Amino acid sequence: MGMDFDLLVRIFPEVLLDGIILGFMYALIALGYTMVYGVLEFINFAHSEIFIAGAFVGVEILLGLQARGLLDGFPWPFVLLLALMAGMAASGLLAVTVERIAYRPLRGAPRLIPLISAIGVSFFLQDLIRLVESLWRNAFNLVYPSIDALNLRLELTETMDVSVKSLVVIVSALLMLWALHLIVNRTKVGTAIRAVAEDQAAASLMGIDVNRIISLTFLIGGAMGGAAGVLFGVQYGLINPYSGFIPGLKAFTAAVLGGIGNIPGAMVGGLVLGLLEAFAASYLSLLTGGAFGAEYKDIFAFSALILILIFRPKGLLGEVVRERA
Amino acid sequence: MIRHRVRLVQALLAVLAVALVPASELGAQGKGTIKIATQSPLSGGQAALGEGIKLGAQLALEQLRGNLTKQGFKVELVPFDDQAKPDVGVANAKNIIADKDILVVIGHLNSGVAIPSSEVYKEVDLPMISPANTNEKITDRGYPSVNRVCGRDDVQGPVGAEFAAQTLKVKSVYVVHDKTTYGQGVAEAFKAEAEKKGVKVVAFEGTEEKSNFDPIITPIKAKNPDLVYFGGIYDQGGPFFKQAREKGVKAKFLGPDGLDSSDLVKIGGKTLVGLYYTTAAAPSTSPQAKKFGDDFKKKFGKNPEPYASESYVATAIALKAIESTVAGGKAPTRATVAAAIRKVKYAGMTGTIEFDDKGDPKKASYYVMQVTSDNPEKWGENKEAKRLAIAAPPLKK
Repeated sequence: MGMDFDLLVRIFPEVLLDGIILGFMYALIALGYTMVYGVLEFINFAHSEIFIAGAFVGVEILLGLQARGLLDGFPWPFVLLLALMAGMAASGLLAVTVERIAYRPLRGAPRLIPLISAIGVSFFLQDLIRLVESLWRNAFNLVYPSIDALNLRLELTETMDVSVKSLVVIVSALLMLWALHLIVNRTKVGTAIRAVAEDQAAASLMGIDVNRIISLTFLIGGAMGGAAGVLFGVQYGLINPYSGFIPGLKAFTAAVLGGIGNIPGAMVGGLVLGLLEAFAASYLSLLTGGAFGAEYKDIFAFSALILILIFRPKGLLGEVVRERA
Repeated sequence: MIRHRVRLVQALLAVLAVALVPASELGAQGKGTIKIATQSPLSGGQAALGEGIKLGAQLALEQLRGNLTKQGFKVELVPFDDQAKPDVGVANAKNIIADKDILVVIGHLNSGVAIPSSEVYKEVDLPMISPANTNEKITDRGYPSVNRVCGRDDVQGPVGAEFAAQTLKVKSVYVVHDKTTYGQGVAEAFKAEAEKKGVKVVAFEGTEEKSNFDPIITPIKAKNPDLVYFGGIYDQGGPFFKQAREKGVKAKFLGPDGLDSSDLVKIGGKTLVGLYYTTAAAPSTSPQAKKFGDDFKKKFGKNPEPYASESYVATAIALKAIESTVAGGKAPTRATVAAAIRKVKYAGMTGTIEFDDKGDPKKASYYVMQVTSDNPEKWGENKEAKRLAIAAPPLKK
């Protein structure tokens, strides 16, 4: 037991870092859920597939460059940016299309109806991606080509290091949060988005084209999801058409935890969930002498979530900040 | 008006009834139809492996049904999608036993699906030959109609442990598994034998994680074992081992035949060169296995997934058993086919297969292989580190 306690202390900083990286990944995906919820009070369950669609477009770009022998020819930030742009564009457009086809006709319907529609879209997109990939690549699992510069690990302490790609995830998440904040709060479009979120009827009387603003919300939320997808692929390497589901569910949880509809809340919720998960996975087995292992990490994380929501039903930042995206 | 509608419905039903009668019953000149069913996941996360099982059976059927078609039978494959879910497998099984033309089932991929589904087949003596299910319970129930062409987890796990203790001479091992009947089963068998051989098992962890293994790897790195064993399939084992190596785990890596796929190095690249895996499949360097690989690629445009060759072998055995029981040009009963399967001796690409009285191969060869290249095309050239021919353990009662 003594040795185990030693071990607990020794690995603490590394587990903390694991949790932060995972948390930023969740936060990136959570932005899409929260953005749409803020405006429509509607959970876009298809966001997990919009997210993974971005990952697929990203891997296609990278594989395309690799097939032409160009992957190592360009500097890596350029390659990554290219994949990110493509993923964002594709996922953004996909989100807008989904909204136009599956959600808009149901806008006046009771709340549950578009929700069911979203779940249906989610299943549909999973198998659509699988169909397209099996026709196009005859493969199910796709592997991100590894870029050496991104795999490089920077030493932090003697036992701890962090890879460049993890840093890219953190920096991108912060940049996207900041950009989203600027769009929503400092631009005319942002004002329109907030107006629609506040009261659709009143916004429309003020001359705001509500449909266009909602499309735009999906475009932005989808693009964020696409970027998250590309970064997810770069970070973890392996994707398949069903890879989006679990991270999507976790990110949705993160959004609720932080206070759904609230942009900084998504970031906070993501970090809290990531840390809970990392500490549970690394420590449970050590603390219980192997009785509860890493497989209980989700139970632990979600129990904590329930506790938090009992005491703060609107999420961590749900009430403090009144701005709704 | 209402009467009109009733008539219309009746007419429609009549048309439907005619359309639904199987073609074989309409054109009754032939001797009838013999069907072989496959059950494997054709959708969902393991569809790639399940598809391999279906295609392996399809290739065998197309190449080897000649003898039966010459005698006037129509020989068909009926693929079912069990979605890797026990409830779906059982529901399909009920449809399968209802179709009297189906004489053999080739399946499943997942032991957790095969066990309940075979309870249904057994009711009507419908033989099942499993290409991939290595869990002990498959054959230890002693059903006369249940067989497998692959090895067993309670042998494969110990083979790995023996290799670890005696050849690699490791002192400590960290065991991770995927919590499935297969992965956890083989990991437990490995653990028991490793402890018996004096290797210290520093931890035994299960996880359903598919992408981010960081929090699981951090304690491994801190405990610094000589060996990490992963009980599970390559799509999870690949990212796990890759991330472990990248994060600085220095241990040797070992796993069961679930890792036996070229996709493993596609996922892990250079980080997985040197990894060991145990398998019951003969290295694909044998001429027979090479021919199968070539035929498969030519027909389906891709390399066979693991278990596709076992599925081919299982189907070949099924056809051989059916041929031996076609008496007087009449299709045999399921029970006679089941009995005949136990008498077949088949020399194929996975070695010579003969079943014992439980349905296990009398002597299965187990191989320990080592990954030698990060090029997926060279998966077939992996080095054979050790070979053992082991009989299935007798039933423990």
